[in-house]
This record gives sequence, C-alpha cells and structure tokens, in this order.
Amino acid sequence: MTSIATAGASVTEQHAAIAGARPWQRLVLLAVGLLVALGLPWFVYPPVAMDIAAWALFAVALDLLLGYCGLLSFGHAAFWGGSAYATGLIAIHFGVPFPVAVFGGALFAMLLALPIGYLSVKRSGIYFAMVTLAFAQMLFFIANQASALTGGENGLQGVPRSFFGIEAVETDSFFFYYAALPIILLGMWAAWRIVHSPFGRVLVAIRDNAPRARALGYDVERYKLIVFVLSAGLSGLAGGVFAVSHGFVALPELHWATSGEVVLMTVLGGIGTLWGGVIGAGLIVLLADYLASSGFDGIGIVTGGVFVTVVLLFRRGIWGTARHLWLSRRKPT
Amino acid sequence: MNAVLQYTVQGLAAGSFYALAALGLAVIFGVLGVVNFAHGAFYMLGAVAAAVLLDTVGMSLWLALIVVPLLMLVFGMLVERLLVQWLLPLDPLYNLLLTFGLTLLLVDLVKRRYGVSGLPYERPDALSGRIQVAGVGLPVYQLFVIGVALLVCLGVWLLMTRTRVGMIVRAATERPELAGALGINVGRWVTPVFGFGVALAGLAGVLAAPFRAITAEMGSDFIIILFAVVVIGGLGSIVGAVVGGFLVGLVEAFGQAYAPTFAQVLIFVLMAVVVLARPAGLFGREEAAA
Repeated sequence: MTSIATAGASVTEQHAAIAGARPWQRLVLLAVGLLVALGLPWFVYPPVAMDIAAWALFAVALDLLLGYCGLLSFGHAAFWGGSAYATGLIAIHFGVPFPVAVFGGALFAMLLALPIGYLSVKRSGIYFAMVTLAFAQMLFFIANQASALTGGENGLQGVPRSFFGIEAVETDSFFFYYAALPIILLGMWAAWRIVHSPFGRVLVAIRDNAPRARALGYDVERYKLIVFVLSAGLSGLAGGVFAVSHGFVALPELHWATSGEVVLMTVLGGIGTLWGGVIGAGLIVLLADYLASSGFDGIGIVTGGVFVTVVLLFRRGIWGTARHLWLSRRKPT
Repeated sequence: MNAVLQYTVQGLAAGSFYALAALGLAVIFGVLGVVNFAHGAFYMLGAVAAAVLLDTVGMSLWLALIVVPLLMLVFGMLVERLLVQWLLPLDPLYNLLLTFGLTLLLVDLVKRRYGVSGLPYERPDALSGRIQVAGVGLPVYQLFVIGVALLVCLGVWLLMTRTRVGMIVRAATERPELAGALGINVGRWVTPVFGFGVALAGLAGVLAAPFRAITAEMGSDFIIILFAVVVIGGLGSIVGAVVGGFLVGLVEAFGQAYAPTFAQVLIFVLMAVVVLARPAGLFGREEAAA
C-alpha cells in the first residue's frame, strides 16, 4: 500500500526533487513563480489575486504536513480562521500596521496548534484526520458562541488595513497586494527551507517508515508536533493576510468546508510537491470566482466533482504529473 | 426529577440518530476500512427522500421507514460499485477524500433542487402529542424514535451474533486478516455491507424528518458529531458506536439544558478526554485504531 503522501510523486522522485533538481531548473522555476506572483494583479482583479496568494500559502502549509509527514489534517481551518479572527481583533483594537497584526495572528494559530496537535499526533492516518476535523469544528462552535468577541453570525466587521499611513496601500487593493505579498513569500520560503533542511529529511524518514525512524532515536511524536505547529503558523500567516485583504472575518473561515477546500487544492495540485498547492489554489480560486460571477449557485457540484475525479483518476495531481513526466522523460519505459 | 427524565428522553432520542448512523459508519469501516465522510449526506438524503415521498405520493412515515432505507441500500451499493471500490486497495485516506467530494456534490445538488429553506414534514397523528409517564409529559415521537432505534440496534445485534452472515461480517469487521486467513471471502461482503451502512444512515434520516429541519445542510454538523461518536466509542467497534451515540446524545441534551453556551463544545471535550485516556476509544482495540 502506498502512502497517500507519495501520491504526487514516487519516493525516489521526491528524493530526487529534494536532493536537487539541477540548480538551474530550480532557478528557472523560481523566476517564473516570482514573475507570476508579481504580475498577477495586472491580469486578475487585485482582491482575487490576493485570495490566490493567501490560499496558495495555506495549501503549501497543509502540504508540509500531508506531503512530507503523511498526516492529512482535516482541521486546518482552525488555524486559518483562528488567525483571521486574531489578526482582525489585533488590527481593530491596537491599530498596528497590518503586517504586525498578521504575525500576531500567526502566533495565535501556533498557540492553538499546540494542544490540538498534542492530542492529534497520538494517532496517524484516518484517526488523525477525524480528530483534527472534530477539534477544528469545536473552535467553530466556540467562535459562534463568543459573539461578543467575534461578531458571531455577522462576522467581525471593519478590519482596518493600516500601513504606516501610506494611503495607496490602505485604500487600493492593487497596492495592498504588493504590501502583503512579502508576507506570503516569506511563508513560502519558510516552507521550502523546512522541507530542505535536515529536519525536513527526518520528517520524510518518519513518513516513509516511522518504526525505523524511531529505532534510529528520533522522537517521532515530537517531530510531528513541531511540524504541525509550523504548518499552523504558516496557515495563520495566510489567514491573517486574507482577513486584512477582505476587511472582515466571517464564521465560514473556521468551518470544515474551508479545511476541505484547502485539502482539495493540495490534492489537485499534487501532494508532496509544494508547487502543486500554489497551482491548485490558483485554479480553485479562479474557478470559484468565475462561477460566482456567472451567477451559478451550487459551486459544490463543480468542486465536489473535481475532487471525486482527481482522487479516482488523477492522484498525482497537476504538478505531480508534470514532474513525473519530466523526471521520467529519458528513462526507457 | 421531572426535568431529568425529560432531558434523558430527549438525549436518548437525539442519541438514537447518532447510534443508528454510527452503527452504519462502524460496519462500513470494519469491513471496508473506509471512513465514509458522506455518511452525513446520506442521512440528509434519507430525510429529504421521506419528505419528497410524502409530498409526491403521500407516503406515510410508517411506510417510509421501510422504503427509504431500501432505496438507500441500493444507492449505497451503487456508490460502492461506481466509486469507492476503485480506491479500496490504496491508502484509506483516498476514500475519505472521495466521500468528502461526494458530500459537496450531493449537498449542492439537493440545494439546487429543493432550495435552502427546509422541506415540510407532518408527523402522523398517532405519534404527536405527549404521554404521561410517572407524572411527566413526554413527547410520544421521542419515545417512538428511541423504541425504533433500540429495536433496530437489537435486530442488528441479533443478526450479528445469531446468524452465519452476522458471524462472517463481524469477523470481517473485527479482524479482517484473520477472517480472510480462515477462508472467509471478505471481498464478497464489501458491497452489501456498504449498502447496509448507508441504509442505516438513511433510516436515521427518516426518523429525523419529523423532528429536525430538513435542509441540504442538515448533515453537515451531523457528520462531525458522528466522527466524535466513533472516536469516543472506538472506530472498529459495533457496541462502541451504539453506546457512543447514546452517550453523545445525552451529553448534548443535558448540555443544552444546563449549559447552553457550551452544549456543542462539551461533546468535543468528551472526545478529547477519551483520546487522552484511551486513544483507541472506549470499546476499540489498539490495533484497530492504528
């Protein structure tokens, strides 16, 4: 039985990818990625561009756990939404520049992740998915009840975008995108560093053979908990940017449908590839935007259909398939 | 004392839906190793089917209690043959993802067809009103739901313990490898068992129809609580599913009565305590919960 984590790529492919696609290939990819990130608001309505960037980081954060640890979290909305609320509250009550609020939100997400992670990493596989799902939903109910703090059903209104008094950023979403993009890129870079560090290699070892990793003296649960908290922090950065970009936070950010949506993006792009999450996020956000603007209600029919199709027929995902073809292009088949 | 009796009945009635559906979830998990995320959607379909049948052909609740689960049985077997079976040899997480996608699809299909406002459902006259028990007026319908759930659970239990089919399914549920080694063809039971599990979710839905708002979203909180139920009871355990279901129903009812703010959170606190104290669940075995 192959682990779900290696769906996007075979283990050897992943090791090849980690050990280094050739440096020039990596540089080309990076350059293209940066160009797309910088050019996005010119081609897409800027708030939608910001959504894509935020969801992309969210999907990458989830892939850190799913692709490099084999842990499918179905409760990541807790960290995205939790940080969104925390960011919003910090921005409203302290009037700090928005990056400060976002980092505060991310910190809050990491604090949340400690107890949830501690309880969840006792288990792996299906159990882990179910327990994370239940705890995230618990947070949803709490936020719904604590309406004095969160606005309950009405959401948290009026999250300011203060940025050192620079008017263009505070009012124009085109310039706001460029002010917030460094936060997203920083998160992406952090994910990349984690994967390509000795720590990341241990994670892959745990994913591929936990008993062996344990026998080598690695404290498996501790590693899992650390990566869980890191992943929550990156999800928190994404959720914070999302909250400031929209200027309000609504309850659905904490709902399990949000957790499912980011899983869909990661799976669609390719599990265990990092780039896949970015592509999956871009496609799903654009699709949702297109369907919403064309007045089609019932987006779940489309996303659900995509989900079922990808899982049945296309398990490598988009990037996983592309990389598979690229890496196996000169091998005799 | 009166209040306690009332809340107990209310909790057991709510627990009846959880117990029936969780029983289906447990049997499916046992034999197929699949955690069926769509179980909440199947519960919703059961309720919607009952409402639509009442509206179009005037089918009474009594008949719907038989017909709808049979329809759901067929539907479940179709889902297994068309979708679920292809992923059975792979990591079980794939079927969780598949059934999650199926949930989005089914919920939005129902939403488009029947709108977001609830469908009406009239309960039969025989089941409305209250009955005096020990000087307390208890809703007849709640007692009826508990009665049906207990009967069905008892029936399933007898089926499981007193018949050859039950023995085989139980063996496949509790120890699939061992059952296979003893020459039981576990694969043959996969499709009917999946259908049977879906039928139980559908039955819970029919019972809930006169009792809850019938909307496309009615399964979306239900499935999360159902997951908490099977984590509390133990994922591979049939007894655990039933006991967990009634336990969670009681926690919900008493929570709503005495601490309405924390009612929904209490269930998850209970789950956290169980995960800490007995990671495999109250009735689960370690190796089943790996």
